Amino acid sequence: MELREYTLLGEKVYRQRLENGLEILVDVRPEYGKQFAFFATRYGGMHLRFHNEDGHWVDTPAGVAHFLEHKMFDSEEGNVLQIMAANGAVDNAFTAAAITGYYFECTRGFDENLRTLLSFVSTPYFTKESVDKEQGIIAQEIRMCLDDPDVEVYYQLMESMYQNHPVRVRVAGSEESIAQITPEVLYRCHEAFYRPENMVLCVAGNVDPEKVVELARQVLPHPGGCLGQADLGQWEPVGVSANFVEREMPVSVPVFELGVKGTPAPEGQELRQQLVGELVCDVLFCASAPLYSKLYEEGLINSSFGGDYESVPGCAYLMAGGESRDPRAVRDAVVAEAQRLCREGIDPQLWDRLKKAAYGSMVRRLNSLEDTCIELAQNYFRGEDYFNFPQCFQSIEWEDVRHLLEQWCVPERVALSVVCPVGTAGQERWD
Amino acid sequence: MERFHKTLAEGVELVMTQTSQFKTGVFSVTLTVPLHEETATAYALIPDVLYRGSRRHPDIESLSAATDELYGASLGPAVRQRGESQCVGFQCSFIDDHYALDGMAVLEPAISLVGEILLDPYTVNGAFDGEFVSSEGANLADRIGARINDKRGWSIFRLVQEMCSQERYALDKLGDAQQAREMTAENLWQHYQNLLAHSHVTFYYGGSAGVDRVGQAIAASFAPLLRGRQAPVECQVLDKPPHSEVREVTDVLDVTQGKLALGFRTGGIAGNHPKMPALMVCNALYGGTAHSKLFTNVREKMSLCYFASSLLDKIKGLMVVSSGVEFSKFSVAKEAILNQLEAIRQGEFTQEELQAAIRSVVNALVSRKDSQGMMEDDCVTVALTGGDPTDVNNMAARVEQVTHQDVVGVAHALTLDTIYYLTGEEG
Repeated sequence: MELREYTLLGEKVYRQRLENGLEILVDVRPEYGKQFAFFATRYGGMHLRFHNEDGHWVDTPAGVAHFLEHKMFDSEEGNVLQIMAANGAVDNAFTAAAITGYYFECTRGFDENLRTLLSFVSTPYFTKESVDKEQGIIAQEIRMCLDDPDVEVYYQLMESMYQNHPVRVRVAGSEESIAQITPEVLYRCHEAFYRPENMVLCVAGNVDPEKVVELARQVLPHPGGCLGQADLGQWEPVGVSANFVEREMPVSVPVFELGVKGTPAPEGQELRQQLVGELVCDVLFCASAPLYSKLYEEGLINSSFGGDYESVPGCAYLMAGGESRDPRAVRDAVVAEAQRLCREGIDPQLWDRLKKAAYGSMVRRLNSLEDTCIELAQNYFRGEDYFNFPQCFQSIEWEDVRHLLEQWCVPERVALSVVCPVGTAGQERWD
Repeated sequence: MERFHKTLAEGVELVMTQTSQFKTGVFSVTLTVPLHEETATAYALIPDVLYRGSRRHPDIESLSAATDELYGASLGPAVRQRGESQCVGFQCSFIDDHYALDGMAVLEPAISLVGEILLDPYTVNGAFDGEFVSSEGANLADRIGARINDKRGWSIFRLVQEMCSQERYALDKLGDAQQAREMTAENLWQHYQNLLAHSHVTFYYGGSAGVDRVGQAIAASFAPLLRGRQAPVECQVLDKPPHSEVREVTDVLDVTQGKLALGFRTGGIAGNHPKMPALMVCNALYGGTAHSKLFTNVREKMSLCYFASSLLDKIKGLMVVSSGVEFSKFSVAKEAILNQLEAIRQGEFTQEELQAAIRSVVNALVSRKDSQGMMEDDCVTVALTGGDPTDVNNMAARVEQVTHQDVVGVAHALTLDTIYYLTGEEG
């Protein structure tokens, strides 16, 4: 087992690659009362089309990864959530565009809970009856999201930014698409993507790393078949497909999401591009940069305003949103500020401060075992070691940020998505 | 983790948890006042206006620059409700000195910045800046209006509003939108002076620094608050609903999924009541976990709800069931939810279900110590209600002794008060 020590962060991570290809990372935190385990596969809402061992392309209905995540909790012994809850553990799962993760935290009985986690995620058990029933449950979840302006404004933005890339497809799918899901579809997707070589196990807390590895070795299979190769859509144009989209919903103030379509990072540069992208968001959107206070004082944004860098394989973008009485004015001001920064540069004091602040907030996140494990896993999937962020951070210069601003923050790459109060579509301002 | 609870003056307390478990320290100052219709809006608005600028840092940009210098300390206003008290103030989280790349001390400047924001505001003609007050008033009004965007939260909020319509508990801790929009700088300034003079004050620090160092930093930055003040107000706990019949309330909104919420009184079991551990276990068994009656039966077996869970307000003595239901299934779901409680009252639960509920409550208690935010919240709460939130082992031991009969007993103490429906169909 390999031990990596990160002196700047005061962390120790044990790493082991199992014979079946599974990577295990254990961040030992002796002072914590609880243990956290995260078991994830590089498979999510955007992996809709793939070819398997016989080389044939398989198209699956939108929402299948999320549906599969729900159904994995069925086992021959009953509902896993309940088995784990009976043992005092809190477990859950999430499906995002590029990852599905299962996790639990507990303060007692860690070994037994880990055994349950590893075994249920690697053992599919679906029946026609349970799939039919789940369709009703997920249809409810989809309907609930249809009432959520934050979800609607997000997917409306993704659809306007991306023409082909399946990141534009709703992770939960639609009522129509999930109606096509059968046990056979689920078995096929599980076999193609829930494979040790496509997965990672991250554990943090007061645990013995040797024991974690030993347990994983005992429980996890060496499956036959082969890994699915996903198709992430045809060539994606540089620009957005629509600059502006809006729809009405019962909200009191318009909710908006502004998107800047970027270029995916080259291999080995993803962590770095993420840090640069986050600094771009800081210089544009954060409260100590000039634009924020200007917009705030003009009453164009409130404290809900904020932005972030996001990426999945094949996509990288900036997103900023909140509530506003005039979302178009916010968009115009953001683009103008990006151009000004490229032209005039940044005040060196402001630059130092923003870097310091960004560094501090990354350190702060490590308090959370959950955030730590998820970051370790996502960065493993993109070939990066997350805990190298302090060194990576120190190497970033203003020029890196300026370059990204100049390339990305141009009108043809910018899209604005608005959810406005009922009866007000087409309006320019809401005073 | 070591805990200190010091009275700095009458009605002024310092609660600390010392540990090097985290990479950050958390500091908060909380001013507690009775929740009143006439003052709630102003008190909720004060931290927002203060956070717009101090004398030394007169705008958002320079204030944010100051927190950025402290390695991105996260500092912000906090408005909380505890029973019938309104708690307003600031919370600040900052990296532990140990992780500062340039070896600077972060603790003292962070505490001093909080003190400066609370006590030394930017003023115009001896009062708040009128522009700050009107724009923050509009923001607060928007925030009050935006409650409706989260339909699950909204259904619980509306249920409690209806259920406690005769108690101050039903007041919105954020106040009233209309009042927020109409607030003037002079009026708010007056409220600010009252708040500083009459509130109960709690300081909290969690992190690696010792009590002397923290005490000195507080003394240096909060001198005007460190003199005798009033005690916090007691929360009114009703043993049973104030009306003889169960009330039913329906709101119509443009929604695709219905929400059904049920409010119960806990029969006077609140705060540090000896039966509180049994109530916590009963809640977990009923709807607090994935192993609960509501989850297992109403959601999974009967597929009646997308979610169905229960939660407690331990200070006020309320239990609320919240669920997402199709409009056409409202009455079936309501019956099913009530039947599950009846089953507990009849003792229809296994030893295994009971043990699972106990384990989940214990797990939740022990886990709280791993979150600085939760420890802060718990410590601020107990400064008002008494108890020791760091002593989870004692509480866990009491929870572990809860018996089948104890749970049946507290289930009988629960009385349904109000049922709330959020529907999308007229009529």
